[in-house]
Amino acid sequence: MLRERGQREVFCGLTGIVWLHRKIQDAFFLVVGSRTCAHLIQSAAGVMVFAEPRFATAIMEEKDLAGLADANEELDRVVDRLLERRPDIKLLFLVGSCPSEVIKLDLSRAAQRLSAKHQPGVRVLNYSGSGIETTFTQGEDACLAALVPEAPKADSNTAPSLLVVGALPDIVEDQFRRLFTELGIPRVDFFPPRKSGEIAAVGPNTRMLIAQPFLGDTARALAARGANRLPALFPFGAEGTTHWLKAAADAWSIPEMDFRRIVAPHRERAKRALARSRETLEGLSVFFFPDSQLEPPLARFLAEELGMRPVEIGTPYLNRDLLSEELKRLPAQARLSEGQDVDKQLDRCRADKPDLVVCGLGLANPLEAAGMTTKWSIELVFSPVHGFDQAGDLAALFARPFARRALLKV
Amino acid sequence: MRIATAMKGLHYVLHAPQGDTYADLLFTMIERRDARPPVTYTTFQARDLGGDTAELFKTSAREAYERFQPEAMIVGASCTAELIQDDPAGLARALKLPIPVIALDLPSYQKKENWGAAETFYQLVRTFAAKVDGAPARTPGPRPRCNILGPTALGFRHRDDVVEVTRLLGQLGVDVNVVAPLNARPSDLSRLPDADFNVVLYAEIADVAARWLEKNHGQKIIRTVPIGHNATKDFIAEIAAITGVDPAHVLADANARMPWWSRSVDSNYLTGKRVFIFGDATHAVAAARVASEELGFEVVGLGTYSREFARDVRAAAEKLGLTALVTDDYLEVEKAIAELQPELVLGTQMERHIAKRLGVGCAVISAPAHVQDYPARFSPQMGFEGANVLFDTWVHPLVMGLEEHLLAMFREDFEFNDGAGASHLAAHQPAPSPAPAPISAPIASELIWSREAEAELTKIPFFVRGKARRNTERFATEQGLAVIKIETLYDAKSHYAR
Ligand code: SF4
Ligand code: SF4
Repeated sequence: MLRERGQREVFCGLTGIVWLHRKIQDAFFLVVGSRTCAHLIQSAAGVMVFAEPRFATAIMEEKDLAGLADANEELDRVVDRLLERRPDIKLLFLVGSCPSEVIKLDLSRAAQRLSAKHQPGVRVLNYSGSGIETTFTQGEDACLAALVPEAPKADSNTAPSLLVVGALPDIVEDQFRRLFTELGIPRVDFFPPRKSGEIAAVGPNTRMLIAQPFLGDTARALAARGANRLPALFPFGAEGTTHWLKAAADAWSIPEMDFRRIVAPHRERAKRALARSRETLEGLSVFFFPDSQLEPPLARFLAEELGMRPVEIGTPYLNRDLLSEELKRLPAQARLSEGQDVDKQLDRCRADKPDLVVCGLGLANPLEAAGMTTKWSIELVFSPVHGFDQAGDLAALFARPFARRALLKV
Repeated sequence: MRIATAMKGLHYVLHAPQGDTYADLLFTMIERRDARPPVTYTTFQARDLGGDTAELFKTSAREAYERFQPEAMIVGASCTAELIQDDPAGLARALKLPIPVIALDLPSYQKKENWGAAETFYQLVRTFAAKVDGAPARTPGPRPRCNILGPTALGFRHRDDVVEVTRLLGQLGVDVNVVAPLNARPSDLSRLPDADFNVVLYAEIADVAARWLEKNHGQKIIRTVPIGHNATKDFIAEIAAITGVDPAHVLADANARMPWWSRSVDSNYLTGKRVFIFGDATHAVAAARVASEELGFEVVGLGTYSREFARDVRAAAEKLGLTALVTDDYLEVEKAIAELQPELVLGTQMERHIAKRLGVGCAVISAPAHVQDYPARFSPQMGFEGANVLFDTWVHPLVMGLEEHLLAMFREDFEFNDGAGASHLAAHQPAPSPAPAPISAPIASELIWSREAEAELTKIPFFVRGKARRNTERFATEQGLAVIKIETLYDAKSHYAR
């Protein structure tokens, strides 16, 4: 296991807004930051999202830096104007950035103040998506952790319920919901909910399945509210999804026979869908640059179900607790690296000569130009990849660069 | 960064948090660069703040020097790093690297990106093109000689403009000494004084540097930007005037097709088309002239985000009887466009989004631009060929000649109405009507979609929904199923994935 601290080539947590703002339909994300921040989320998101986005940046100008009082006043003004223009907003996140943190602008105080001012119609919360605190997907973790205190309390008399934690595409949520119903788990909630008013109650009888490996803080916050985490693999591929569902089935004491009967057709279907990509990928080596923390579970999926050989599995941060099941199943010869020193990592990558490099957009074209085959990691975060019925799609994302290479005669 | 990435043999060490590294992908993705920008970021984190971010900066700079062995280095701080006040300039000096290190002091909270690029270029020129006492600046030669200043990385068609302008100068009998910053090395900058005059293609980038060169090396500045047919003629005339070359054969360039294309009868329909123009000053001003003089459009709005050059844009707007819109708030631009109701928007990437939302045709004329605005083919904006390109690209988004009349005649036709946009542009058509043909009318008529399966189908993105539906029905028919359930949908998906 390699721990590195050098130049990182990853997004900051603000990027999470790109998908979060579509998930919670009545929430709005207001970044309190600089022009760089505005530019980042505009170029990362503005390019992809054509509807009027539910995010914006309150740009801090020089005068705001001079006095915190001014900055707070300015923020209040921006929020007033925003809420007036968008009465559909029920939940407003103030999102901290590097500059707001460096000048120690207290956004939690601001959120309290604004909440009091705009109640009861609007709740104002805050979290940090800054690049000095958070890496890419950690922005979602910070956002969801900030949302936990909003969950109503469930007491110990409440019937046991299942809470699936992590922002999933709606279609994937629906698939999981159907599976849980089939298995006979009566009450299933998703966190975050699609509407801010529908946050599930959390208490000692809440059992949670974590759907994303980067949700450490959220899991801890929910545990502090009494929820019990069901340790499992993450639901990638046929095996990961089976294991993940089984954790819930066991918690509800669903008989093994029933579980198998119900899950088998889905699992078989997933396996069939994987077959074609496996023909392409089997035996090939893969090198992960750190990006989203999805790297260890994805490496496990590629190794176990597609026969690939991970040489380096880079992750911005290794959450040993949430990944306990995953780490047991990673191939022993794979090099695990946490953090980054991008130039050194590029040296290792060139020396390893992997068949496939999974990396961010800043590195992909330069590596392709140097003759490597690459897969942009960001696509793994921006497309539905969880569960049985997406297993084939997930595998196909890794196979496509090879299919394209085979096709091109230029 | 656009300067550092444009040049060779130069490295930029930037004190910045990790998220700022997204800037790399603007170059590697949007411009499809095949190498990483020559930038090292210190990517300091919160835990570094209490400790020694200055030491982190020094280590980064030293390691970058060792690894990349540049001819020169520039150092600077991003918005956030500026707040922690580490003084990259002093720190870099303390390292005593054996190469020139230029510290950039770009007050990021006041100034915009173009200003930063211009300042960076100026600092580099000053450092490398300093006057050497006694040395004759210009080595004698028979032909007039000039530098081309301004093209950068991520510039809008800079690559092709340089080729076209170089060709034009060659035809005139003028040699090009140095092109900078694009593809220049720091050592090339020291050769800048060895030319008679400077051609400034993009004042936003090169005006400050050119003025310094004028003052210190007596080089005249050609400021006419050859965008459009008439401006190209002016450009040629200006060069002829200061060099004494004969421009006649160049002005008679047979490849200058734009005037005839514009005069030909088919172009009658372009007359008085209402156009809104927004971009950097260079491109906005040039576009206004081309649109009004050379295409016969009516310019209904003109604006820029370049505050440093707002004066030029205001003057151009005044000539057209307009008040220029000077702003960097895209909501303001959107409001102006919505009010003016133009038939065509010439703008940046942002205006393209706005035009799309408003259902107006759009062509991009200025950075910031998106990946499709960095075409593989030769596609300059400048020179006679550039004028040809402008004609083609600006006319393309408009509804074509006769079709316009048909539209007026058959307004009620459901698939041929003015809401549908130009018929040759599928991408400009508005989103499909809210009530699409009922999904439950299957291709094979004996099949029945269950309600749940149908609902599931609507969750699939519209552009693949048709395929999903066809595959599912084919699969169901093959399997002899009468009713399509959710399971059938996914069974089919898995079946065809194989
Ligand atoms: S790294 Fe910091 S300054 Fe840069 S975009 Fe992210 S939050 Fe803003
Ligand atoms: S001033 Fe502009 S270019 Fe400089 S770091 Fe800030 S946003 Fe980036």
